[in-house]
Amino acid sequence: MTLAARPLSGLRQSTLSRPTLLATVAGTVAASAGLFALTPLAGIADFLVLTAIAVVVVITAVSWSVEGRRRAVDRLATNGALIALVLTLLPLGFTLGYTVHRGLKRLTGAFLSHSMAGIGPQSPGGGIYHAILGTLEQVLLASLISVPLGLLVAIYVTEYGRNAFGTSIRFLIDVMTGIPSIVAGLFVLSFWVLALHRGFSGFAGALALAILELPIVVRAAEEMIRLVPASLREASYALGVPKWKTIVRIVLPTASTGITTGVMLAVARVTGETAPVLLVAGNNNFINGDPFHGGQASLPLFIFQGARSSSNFDVDRAWAAALTLILIVVVLYVAARLLTRRNTLARR
Amino acid sequence: MTAVTPGVDAPLASGRSTRRGDAAFRGLTLAAGVLVFVLLAAIAVFLVVKALPALQQDKANFFTTRTFTNPDTTKVFGVAALVFGTVLTSLLALVMTVPVALGVAVYITDYAPRRIATLLGYLTDMLAAVPSVVYGLWGLYFLLPHLIGLQVFLHDYLGWIPLFAGSSGEIAAYSKSVFAAAVILSIMILPIVAAITREVLRQVDPSQKEAALALGATRWEMIRMAVLPPSRPGIVSAVMLGLGRALGETIAVALVIGNTFTISPKVLVPGGNTIAAHIATSFGEVGTLGRSALIATGLVLFGITLAVNLTARYVIYRAGADERSATA
Repeated sequence: MTLAARPLSGLRQSTLSRPTLLATVAGTVAASAGLFALTPLAGIADFLVLTAIAVVVVITAVSWSVEGRRRAVDRLATNGALIALVLTLLPLGFTLGYTVHRGLKRLTGAFLSHSMAGIGPQSPGGGIYHAILGTLEQVLLASLISVPLGLLVAIYVTEYGRNAFGTSIRFLIDVMTGIPSIVAGLFVLSFWVLALHRGFSGFAGALALAILELPIVVRAAEEMIRLVPASLREASYALGVPKWKTIVRIVLPTASTGITTGVMLAVARVTGETAPVLLVAGNNNFINGDPFHGGQASLPLFIFQGARSSSNFDVDRAWAAALTLILIVVVLYVAARLLTRRNTLARR
Repeated sequence: MTAVTPGVDAPLASGRSTRRGDAAFRGLTLAAGVLVFVLLAAIAVFLVVKALPALQQDKANFFTTRTFTNPDTTKVFGVAALVFGTVLTSLLALVMTVPVALGVAVYITDYAPRRIATLLGYLTDMLAAVPSVVYGLWGLYFLLPHLIGLQVFLHDYLGWIPLFAGSSGEIAAYSKSVFAAAVILSIMILPIVAAITREVLRQVDPSQKEAALALGATRWEMIRMAVLPPSRPGIVSAVMLGLGRALGETIAVALVIGNTFTISPKVLVPGGNTIAAHIATSFGEVGTLGRSALIATGLVLFGITLAVNLTARYVIYRAGADERSATA
């Protein structure tokens, strides 16, 4: 934004120079530090908050008296936006930092390769192998259901659905995006577990996850398919290729990078979902590799139960599992972002 | 003119099989679309069917009764306190999130240098990548102890506001409360509101911004006069979508809220509950009737979030219609 040069009135007005500003800030910080040293005020957090407020107020006041009201308000807005940025990044830093700090204590090779079989809440051993296995199987099954289905829905909406039915499908996908995860879990509970008597299983959890994943996949695929240039389709039609083959061989491959990114983000999103699997996946302390029979553990569920436990060992295990889960999700996110860079259709 | 299209092999372009293939493929995608219809209808129908037994056997009014203790034995339960807690936590979270989300969106689109802006965008999106159960764990073991100072401050200086009233002893102790839930929620919906707002702000016509600056506006005046007014419907819908997310958030809230059935505005005092959190925490302890009662509360939650999300879509739709009629 080089356009933000001095407004014309600046020719007649005095402006605050950078050294003056720095001196003002330094003076305010020093005064605040003095106040904390001499009065009962104490605490690093209190100091930072009070100093930040003081700096903003002082800069605005000084600017008002030297530069006038408009520049002062402008400075206030700039500082406000900067503070908002800091307030956004702080929780991110604290969450990730504290999870790494607590999680590293227990995160070992043995922890990743053992289950909780025979480990009571009051014993320190055990691991999350069974939970990782459950999470991977459930997310894989959910994706096997939602990705093909989502792609077909997206193709219908973009390529065929230029009518009332297509519009209503798009609307329903919007509605699905807003379904709370616990409601998806309750639906699978009512339908699969209670009405069809299929019992609690990893697959029931996968069904609930698929409901949450579907709208994200449709949205991403829809957006990417729309970005495929019409000239590609027209060239294909001109060569006599039928529409369905054009879609499968020309449109989808062109959009594939973007769609893959969308799918990875969707997978990352459902990997951390706890509420649906809590209701329908049952649970297990043992390794259950069969998602169709019997309760199955998963990482989010393991963390949730550890967090609610009164045993410190359970809590420590929960932190290590949380770190593992975050690592899996972050790897998916970063990979998706890196893939976006290669996406020639949508450079953002 | 037979051999001039060397790229296409003959079977690809031949008439009848082409039409059949097209019809089959169209039918396949149409079936997927119909399945979405069926799925949503099934969600509504099965929730209602499984909720009905509880609604019929409930001896009290389901919508005005507060208590939800032992629904199987007492058969007296209602969703009133849960709805109150759900709405209160979400609204509080919005109050905390919206200014920050707006600020960070404006900062990233209109203040930050381009390269840093992309990085900052990734970082704020990262907040959405953290799973809700991790926020819950973090809230329970990191945030709650660190919130005590803020709670005491709010109580001491703003205690005359009913929200921050309560006994000092309870407020100064480690406590699971509506306030704690609202703070966690505000962190969780921040990236959603910020990301959508950023997208909306980016749509603003750059020539409008340049015109404002050329007329001598400061950067803030440019934002206030050229960026925010056309973005308002988009920002409103971003806030509504954030609200929808907050209302349905389950696990993080379940770990930091007090689990009581009270209707009280005193957010700092231990207690509070939300529909989603209550389902998650009590699901393991209830019998058949209790389960049905929980499904009934889930149906109420579904209704509330549906209404909020539809309002958000309507705001976008109406803004689009206004724009079309304005340009026509």
